Amino acid sequence: MQATVTENSGGTGTQAQRTRGENAPLAGSHAAVRRGRSRARTALAGRAGAKPKPDWRELGAIFFGGAAGALSRLWLSRHFASSPSQWPWVTFSVNLSGSFALGYFVTRLQERLPPSTYRRPALGTGFCGAYTTFSTMQLELLRMIESKRYELALGYATASVTAGYFAVWLATATVRRTRVLL
Amino acid sequence: MWLAAGLLGGLGALTRFLLDALVNSTSTGSLPLGTFAINISGALALGLLVGLAASTDTLLLAGTATLGAYTTFSTWMLESQRLTEDAELRWALVNLLASVIIGLVAVAAGHALGALA
Repeated sequence: MQATVTENSGGTGTQAQRTRGENAPLAGSHAAVRRGRSRARTALAGRAGAKPKPDWRELGAIFFGGAAGALSRLWLSRHFASSPSQWPWVTFSVNLSGSFALGYFVTRLQERLPPSTYRRPALGTGFCGAYTTFSTMQLELLRMIESKRYELALGYATASVTAGYFAVWLATATVRRTRVLL
Repeated sequence: MWLAAGLLGGLGALTRFLLDALVNSTSTGSLPLGTFAINISGALALGLLVGLAASTDTLLLAGTATLGAYTTFSTWMLESQRLTEDAELRWALVNLLASVIIGLVAVAAGHALGALA
């Protein structure tokens, strides 16, 4: 409950923005304004005609975080191979641990620590975003269906989504409850 | 090899960030459409890559490193969880189910398309 309050107090507007964990503005601070602006700027950057300046350090943080995340996942997938007839433990555990970590980072950086501009893009958007993967999971599901392992596919999809959701929930609840220690 | 994978992974994450900002700046609904668009397009591209029977190295660099970093599971989960906190249970369920089902259709379509070519 505390979360929605602090997130909403940013006052930057729409319901859609509030529910978006990843890119939601930081609560009621200068950083909120700063982030809001830089977000608008980067959003505009893709359009012809406009020449806004992107926040290069933020983009750099996302790049290096993303590189580290992708490499960690790659390293794990090369050391623990799996086949379509088995439970894809690598993707499954990467996605769960990454979801827990993202819930932890975002909640802690947003609601507990003083605003820092580059930790969130590096750890959240960059590392956790790149470490976890949606496309590989969907390909694994397709492979299971192709080899007629329907119950495995259904179990894998259900378990990933349910456990991923509760991993975020658990991380969020943990950060909110242990105020001082973490 | 590892250097290229890191570089491509970083680029995948950057593309995701920029595209997410672009989509979110134009959408107003409750659903986090940015992540949705990214995940579906990434699934389609990975299916295409596999359908084209890309070599192991290409698959590793373009698939696992780039598209793996471009698409994201954690943000999808975070956004769904935050939707339930805002008492938008229905939209959270829609976001979870639609992503899995349409993602599966996308990867299958990409795969079929690639095998055709």
